[in-house]
Amino acid sequence: MSNVPAELRYTKDHEWLRREDDGSVTVGITDHAQEQLGDLVFVELPEVGASCDAGAECCVVESVKAASDVYCPIAGEVSAVNESLADSPEAINTDAYGEGWLFRLAPTDAAAIDALLDAEAYQALLEAEDH
Amino acid sequence: MPFIPHTEDDVRAMLETIGADSVAALFDEIPASLRCPPLEVPEGLNEAAVGRLMHARAAQDGQPLCFAGAGAYDHHVPAAVWELVTRGEFYTAYTPYQAEASQGTLQVLYEFQTMMTRLTGLEVSNASLYDGASALAEAALMAVRGNRKAKSHRILIPRSLHPAYRKTVRAIVHNQGIELVEVPFDPAGGHTTVAALEAAAGDAGFAGLVIPQPNYFGVLEEVDELTDWAHNHDALAIAVVNPVALGLLAPPGDWGDKGADIACGEGQPLGAPLSSGGPYFGFLTCSGALTRQIPGRIAGRTVDLDGKPGFTLTLQAREQHIRRSKATSNICTNQGLLVTAATIHMALLGPGGLARVARASAANTRALVASLTAQPGVEPLFDRPVFHEAALRLPLPADQLLRTLAANDVVGGVALEPDYPELGNALLVCATEQRGGEDIAAYAEHLQRILEH
Repeated sequence: MSNVPAELRYTKDHEWLRREDDGSVTVGITDHAQEQLGDLVFVELPEVGASCDAGAECCVVESVKAASDVYCPIAGEVSAVNESLADSPEAINTDAYGEGWLFRLAPTDAAAIDALLDAEAYQALLEAEDH
Repeated sequence: MPFIPHTEDDVRAMLETIGADSVAALFDEIPASLRCPPLEVPEGLNEAAVGRLMHARAAQDGQPLCFAGAGAYDHHVPAAVWELVTRGEFYTAYTPYQAEASQGTLQVLYEFQTMMTRLTGLEVSNASLYDGASALAEAALMAVRGNRKAKSHRILIPRSLHPAYRKTVRAIVHNQGIELVEVPFDPAGGHTTVAALEAAAGDAGFAGLVIPQPNYFGVLEEVDELTDWAHNHDALAIAVVNPVALGLLAPPGDWGDKGADIACGEGQPLGAPLSSGGPYFGFLTCSGALTRQIPGRIAGRTVDLDGKPGFTLTLQAREQHIRRSKATSNICTNQGLLVTAATIHMALLGPGGLARVARASAANTRALVASLTAQPGVEPLFDRPVFHEAALRLPLPADQLLRTLAANDVVGGVALEPDYPELGNALLVCATEQRGGEDIAAYAEHLQRILEH
């Protein structure tokens, strides 16, 4: 049963988003996603300063058996990336919502966050997928 | 596992087991309109008749004295190479996706990759591609993908690079939005100058610079200067090199201050006979930073569950069967047989042997040029040092000379005018370690006779 923290927002492509105090958002992939992918070996992070549209591929996570695109949940400009993943991509497996964060965005329009799934809706999506 | 065709009884038993009426019935789901009509294939010949036919065809090639290079070279291949390569274990081994059944194949690939990294002075090698020209196309694609800083889809490509390579790269990258910017060569030296690069590049950025060494004319380029120039302009340096030349010349990993980023070229000179143009193989190596951008198979060394060493294909997430349309290339194969030959060839020669082949080839070419230019009207086209080929100006059209030489069972070289009209009556000649004093004297005699009337 994967972990779905209540305070986060989610996308149907298994990304999570956290609102930070300074108005930026942090993005990562969910516990369910890391379980499906298996041991992460490499992450191709976006460039700091790059602007991403909502739904655009901005990042690639690679495991021993698959390489998966990560889509930008909302439009914005990349303000930071998790450099430590270069040496320890396995942080995504062990702590998907904490140490395994991928990048931070300065959102173009913060209101877009409200359109994302909340924890309950994401949980429901996971349960539907399990069939 | 031996190959034994099915008998009719085998086929009948299998059809019965799966409940099908005939083999044809298995293709029922293909609409009749799409099925292939009966093919007009002539009656089969028996073994004796096929033998006669193939002997007749083979005799058409002859065994002329070869002074042609231009991308494929007549080097001696020790008999042991193909004696070993044609052993069943190598000859019919299939692709090594199932590691537990492919340790031999994977080890050969690993040894090959190791040798190519040493030869080119770069950190990573793949298990080979189809040929030098398509390897360069892949290198160009790598440079655009891997050089995110440049944000450019332009590649600078010298005219001193093999014309067939330029055509091949264009054919492969054209529809992928990559612009190839041609750089003219210096008419006196036959090489690519920084001035020419500046003029060709203009103000816009570019992702990579292709640097051939030696170039199509056999001329040695100023690789350190060109590599540093590329790096100073945020571009990657892509070396296109002759592997035998690397027995003598500085490897791409040592070029300029930081070394070239990618090296590629034609592997034919390492153990593959000329065989009328193929099959050959392309090699591709790169710096560690570009590891995830290199296409093609990569054999890796690791340990199994019991801690015993073994080999396996690795970094497969770059490849098609995992990454599909986002793979580093549509190519997911390698030239296993030619690579096996090259690995054995390199192991037999060793670095010392390869250097001796290179030195002998360079010396024979010097002797050839001296001998031919002793004739009136025959002069070197360019004034720079060459490796084992040279471009010569002739007092008559090259194809006329070549025709007369061919009648005397000599392939005198390759005419340059078709690809470089401005060079006029020009011929590219090559002497490998196989073309010693006697052969050179024979060529010179023919040339003298031809020019005398």
